[in-house]
Amino acid sequence: MLLIECPWCGPRAETEFSYGGEAGIVRPLDPDALSDEEWADYLFYRANPRGAHRELWNHAHGCRRWFGVERDTVSYRIAGSFRLGPAGSETGKGANTERDD
Amino acid sequence: MAAAQPNRLPRGGRIDRSRPLKFSLDGKSYTGFAGDTLASALIANGVLLVGRSFKLRRPRGIVGSGAEEPNAIMQVGEGAGAQPNLPATRVELRHGLVAHTTRGWPSVRFDIGAISDSFGRILGAGFYYKTFMYPRFLWKYYERAIRLSTGFGHAPAAPDPDVYEHRNAHCDVLVAGGGPAGLVAALAAARSGARVILADDGNEFGGSLLSCAEQVDGAPAADWVAGVVAELRGLPDCTLLPRGTVLGYHDHDFLTVAERCDVGEAADRQDHARPGETAERLWRIRAKRVILAQGGFERSLAFCNNDRPGVMLASAVSTYINRFAALPGRRAVVFTNNDSAYRTALDLAGARAAVEAIVDSRPGSGGELAARAQAQGIPVLHGRVVCDVTGKKRVRGVRIAEWGGDSWETIKSTIYIDCDLLAVSGGWSPAVHLHAQAGGSLDWDETRLCFLPAQARQSHDSAGAGNGRQSLDECLADGLRAGAEAVAKLGLAPAAIEAPAANSAGQLPIEALWRVPAERDADRCPKQFIDFQNDATVADIRLAVREGYRNVEHVKRYTALGFGTDQGKLGNINGMAVLADALGKTIPEVGTTTFRPVYTPVRFGTVAGESVGGLYDPVRKTALHEWHEAAGAPMEVVGQWHRPWYFPREGEDLHGAVARECLAVRNSVGAMDASTLGKIDARGPDVVEFLERIYTHNVGRMKVGRCAYGIMLGEDGMVMDDGVMARLGENHFYLTTTTGGAANVLNWLEAWLQTEWPELEVWLTSLTEHYSTIAVAGPNSRVLLEKLGCDIPLDKENFPFLTVRNAKLAGMPVQLFRVSFSGELAFEINIASQFALDMWRMVMEAGREFEIAPYGTETMHVLRAEKGFIIVGQETDGSVTPVDLGMNWLLSKEKDFLGKRSLARPDCLQEDRKQLVGLLSADRRTVLPEGAQLIEEAVRAGATPVPMCGHVTSSYHSACLGHPVALALVAGGRARKGETLFAVGPEREPIAVEVVSPVFYDPKGERQHV
Repeated sequence: MLLIECPWCGPRAETEFSYGGEAGIVRPLDPDALSDEEWADYLFYRANPRGAHRELWNHAHGCRRWFGVERDTVSYRIAGSFRLGPAGSETGKGANTERDD
Repeated sequence: MAAAQPNRLPRGGRIDRSRPLKFSLDGKSYTGFAGDTLASALIANGVLLVGRSFKLRRPRGIVGSGAEEPNAIMQVGEGAGAQPNLPATRVELRHGLVAHTTRGWPSVRFDIGAISDSFGRILGAGFYYKTFMYPRFLWKYYERAIRLSTGFGHAPAAPDPDVYEHRNAHCDVLVAGGGPAGLVAALAAARSGARVILADDGNEFGGSLLSCAEQVDGAPAADWVAGVVAELRGLPDCTLLPRGTVLGYHDHDFLTVAERCDVGEAADRQDHARPGETAERLWRIRAKRVILAQGGFERSLAFCNNDRPGVMLASAVSTYINRFAALPGRRAVVFTNNDSAYRTALDLAGARAAVEAIVDSRPGSGGELAARAQAQGIPVLHGRVVCDVTGKKRVRGVRIAEWGGDSWETIKSTIYIDCDLLAVSGGWSPAVHLHAQAGGSLDWDETRLCFLPAQARQSHDSAGAGNGRQSLDECLADGLRAGAEAVAKLGLAPAAIEAPAANSAGQLPIEALWRVPAERDADRCPKQFIDFQNDATVADIRLAVREGYRNVEHVKRYTALGFGTDQGKLGNINGMAVLADALGKTIPEVGTTTFRPVYTPVRFGTVAGESVGGLYDPVRKTALHEWHEAAGAPMEVVGQWHRPWYFPREGEDLHGAVARECLAVRNSVGAMDASTLGKIDARGPDVVEFLERIYTHNVGRMKVGRCAYGIMLGEDGMVMDDGVMARLGENHFYLTTTTGGAANVLNWLEAWLQTEWPELEVWLTSLTEHYSTIAVAGPNSRVLLEKLGCDIPLDKENFPFLTVRNAKLAGMPVQLFRVSFSGELAFEINIASQFALDMWRMVMEAGREFEIAPYGTETMHVLRAEKGFIIVGQETDGSVTPVDLGMNWLLSKEKDFLGKRSLARPDCLQEDRKQLVGLLSADRRTVLPEGAQLIEEAVRAGATPVPMCGHVTSSYHSACLGHPVALALVAGGRARKGETLFAVGPEREPIAVEVVSPVFYDPKGERQHV
């Protein structure tokens, strides 16, 4: 069972969290301008890397905040957690945010 | 007493001779002592034959003394608390213990199935697959017979009466295994101030030290153990878990330990009927460092008839003699390819058993231990092997041949020695299970001939025999090293500690002998067993290779090697060696099978812990629950909510009650507890913008006080949830969700707010349990509310359909919604939950003159189906768009919303998508089965597979219409009105149905507007 560092609450067991998939998938600002392929790319395609993976987690049974985690998909080692961008910035979903160490 | 235990040695052992314990096996009574295992007590009583093998039904005896035991598999206890499939070597004896052997019918001594041994040649690897494949239709008969002849114990039929618990713990250092290395490691860590948990599988700490005749620091090993354990016990941050088996090493240094609590002295205290006391405890431990010191498993060797009762592991023989004072045989031969079995010969001699010979496959003159044996007059035969065993239910003697070093050469001349016990050692395999479970790699050691733990993946280290250390000296030193390294990694100051000294005898290297040649060709000689429990033999592995199997995982599954309750702890490495030889590869090239949790079999109850019965899943009850129960309503479980299903009157069944409730709503008035609907308060300066992006309709156009039916889509365009939403203020909304979707919707909204649109200032609060909702529906609902006393006008002009008002009803503050899920004039009363029961009672009281009917979920479903209203999750399944449901009117063209772009994807535009329609059975009498597939006339009698064109999603009898109604999703359905299709259930004949509009009742929707 993973030990995940919530940036607000500290390290907690995996069972307190729910998984939100790859971080940095930003919703297109004008979906209608996209071709079917481009929309499908946003909707369905994920990097699924072997190795370092930035992903979203929600402290569902805790503070209920979403945050980012960098996790190795092979060793499951977690390099660190990070908060998502501040309100008003264009850094939603951890696309371009600072590590929170 | 001595006479009753003929093989009990007169002195020694870690048993308490002052506490005799009576027990029984297969109805026969025996006596053992406190401190015995079931296996040691049986050996003391001269019982060695304890089972029959799985496939060939050969008689089998006790082989080992621990988790590696493949044969002595017992059913322990009786009735509901019985435990099947326990190895007798791991069952602590207690007073009154009742055990049964699990194989052999009518008895283990005479088993009818043993006839299959005569046909052993044809019962090779893959026998079942090959023999019972054809003709295929007979399989169901084969299967019945095969199932009867397989398996071991019987699972009790009644619920488990035992109590289990889970406990979470954290520590700096978890030491798995309390043998010499583990004890030293734990001591080194604990003295340095680390929080230590020491868990050991056995009933007392010491591991191999309890079974050996060696000394530590000049004292008997057991005394040294007692000193260390006493010191650890005195340290404040050290938790000792004897009888604690480390089962699994999971991610991020999370380990599970099963602690047996209902055995030993605890069991003797009150016999074993101790209601409420924990039988077994599962520790869930997060450790900073883990030291794996679980020791090793001795291997057997493959030779003809190596499974005869009386062939035992040498280490087990020593354990029975030294730890339990039980002598497994009186005339022994020891067969080995390494030095460790010499100790067994010395132990046997010390117990005054005749050691006829030590048969050592290695050439040469032998080392220090051989000299000691010879000094005691034990003949040592170098360069020889035991190639066959005589005797069926007990070893009678062994054949010994010269060993030229070639496993596959047939041997020529043999000598014969009478004996009743053959102690075998094929070398030692470190218990690398937890290391491998943690993701650690293994290296083959060509000198010590075993897999050693190599690279660690998590925060673990191995020590002692589990790290390939062989002598006691080495194990103690390695434990100290591991403990000190763990302390250093934790950043603690290491305490001074000296390595205890054992002065172990020097050892000569092991020889690579896995399989002994026979007098005939390898595949025609008497059976040479690798996995005793599954009857996997050398010939089976070779056959699998001849048939093309190359991968060790495939060979395992084809031959069932390592499939038993011992999970290959005895035979797997030997099997891999034989496989490597057959493939012409090296053992490391072949590799091991995957080590998975759990390390030893575990009780289901332990895994479940407290999460059984009422604690299995939370139960959610509405504020009106008590009234519903008093009214005798059966409950329907929706999510975790218990909702009243229907309210039967005297003598009414479901259909009668539902018909009456439906007619009451349509003709007068009914009331329903709708409190379980999810309720979310949404407010903030950006709430309109936010909800515009979430909902498909134009939220901004809603005036304060207006309600709207809203749906939300996933980004894939599929309907996710629906409900009524209301605008309570400029920047304040009240959202309702489906009962089951409440938590998901809140999470969904939060996720968008937090991750995608953090710039939007919106706050969401769940109100699901703060407010209760009473739906009052039917033509008389308005009069009823007026009768209760309402401070606002309720007429159509002042309080029109789809609006919300704050009001006082019967003097209590409420929110009144004019919404309807039944198609009738209806009001929903939202009231703080603490007042809900009073309000409900007043509604019922005031409704008496209108013959108000409380109604449940079933009537709600019928009423909404008559109106063609969907239920998310019933009419939808995650693949249904709002267009499929005919809800185009809800989709704003003026804004973007989640999922909108997906509705323009080519697949969503296809005209043959499944669309919502109504169905009427042609005879207007048959209620269609929900879930029934729909087919077209043209293919009704045609070839298989029959193309399906849709399925029934909802189906009820409508009392108000006098015939059944059904909703369905049908390919291109909206264009097929008037067509006849056929509904096919699993059992019935196809039912002719007519495709119609999904709105059966009041199609213009006039009744809800009055």
